[in-house]
Amino acid sequence: MSKKLESTLKNMVLSLLLISAVMSAALGFVYSATKEPIEKANKAKEIQAVKEVLPPFDNDPTANVKEIDGLLFYQALKDGKPVGYAVKTFTDKGFSGRFDLMVGIRPDGSINTVVVLEQKETPGLGTKMKEPKFKNQFDGLSIGNLKGKSVKVKKDGGTIDAITAATISSRAFCDGVQKAYDLYMKNFASAVADSASVKEGGQK
Amino acid sequence: MSNLKHLTNGFIKENPTFVLVLGTCPTLAVTTAAMNGIGMGAATTFVLVFSNLLIAALKNFIPDKVRIAAFILVIATFVTIVDLVMKAYTPDLYKTLGIFIPLIVVNCIILGRAEAFAQKNAVVPAILDGLGMGIGFTLAITLMGSIRELLGNGTIFDIRLVSQDARTILIFILPPGAFITYGYLIAIMNRVKSKYSL
Repeated sequence: MSKKLESTLKNMVLSLLLISAVMSAALGFVYSATKEPIEKANKAKEIQAVKEVLPPFDNDPTANVKEIDGLLFYQALKDGKPVGYAVKTFTDKGFSGRFDLMVGIRPDGSINTVVVLEQKETPGLGTKMKEPKFKNQFDGLSIGNLKGKSVKVKKDGGTIDAITAATISSRAFCDGVQKAYDLYMKNFASAVADSASVKEGGQK
Repeated sequence: MSNLKHLTNGFIKENPTFVLVLGTCPTLAVTTAAMNGIGMGAATTFVLVFSNLLIAALKNFIPDKVRIAAFILVIATFVTIVDLVMKAYTPDLYKTLGIFIPLIVVNCIILGRAEAFAQKNAVVPAILDGLGMGIGFTLAITLMGSIRELLGNGTIFDIRLVSQDARTILIFILPPGAFITYGYLIAIMNRVKSKYSL
């Protein structure tokens, strides 16, 4: 067995330099090897999320993505006819900061369903927002049945039952959905003939 | 010590969680569900085995005074590799565990084993020690996750064992519940160990 290197300045600098160099080379290699699969996995995840929030479609919604105020709008078509928009929205008001949601909005302006994309809420509490009991409350919401109220938990005067012990997560979830819905109404809702709507401007 | 002993050492006798009380941060933070325990345990085991391997192999080239810096470099590299590989090939698992992976860098078990074992031993015992400690850690936090998930949420591995309407003891999922569970488990382990003189 060879003797351990002495802790001289030269030895210390050299060994750290060498280890850093080898480790960065290894990292660089792994990074470039996984770059493509990661992108592919992300794209598959995006399409999967769009599929989950909208009725069946047959185009590639990631091909034509519009970005408005940091929210991404994916248009889904079936036989050339629109079946709705999937809106990738987010909120900064979560218990652990930002989380991302995907909201599916049908052409008639009602919410189809919502799924949670990225989140770091408290496991077992805030993460319950992924469960149907909470998130199914958003299905079918539209200006018509909200009757002028915004998407809010009951404590704040809305219609949504908050998750026990996770009111902050529930509020943030509502905030994300509301943001997606407002922007959708502002930018894409020309087809929605809902007289209850008082949203103005930006109609295309 | 025989090689088998190096492996089984981490299961009960020197269990990193209950006996050495190392790596308590992930133990307390991620054990809100049993599945988190398994995932975190597996990722930690991987890093532990490879960092032990590399450190045991390089031990003669690392001067004593800079050993901690060198160990951290090795550990951080493996954690980043796990992070990238999981992101690329197991996106679903990454979705549930993503936030816990970077935490492995600061897990004392890994630095502790590098310092206390790998740098003084040959490669094979170091690998076995890493594997054994990793398995011990995985078992411990999965057990803790199961208890907390059952009491706090009525499920284990998302399988419902208590009826949906039954009231669960929510505190066990909250941070105080982690300390309570941890305390009882350490007490039980100490009792078992002294009774059977393990």
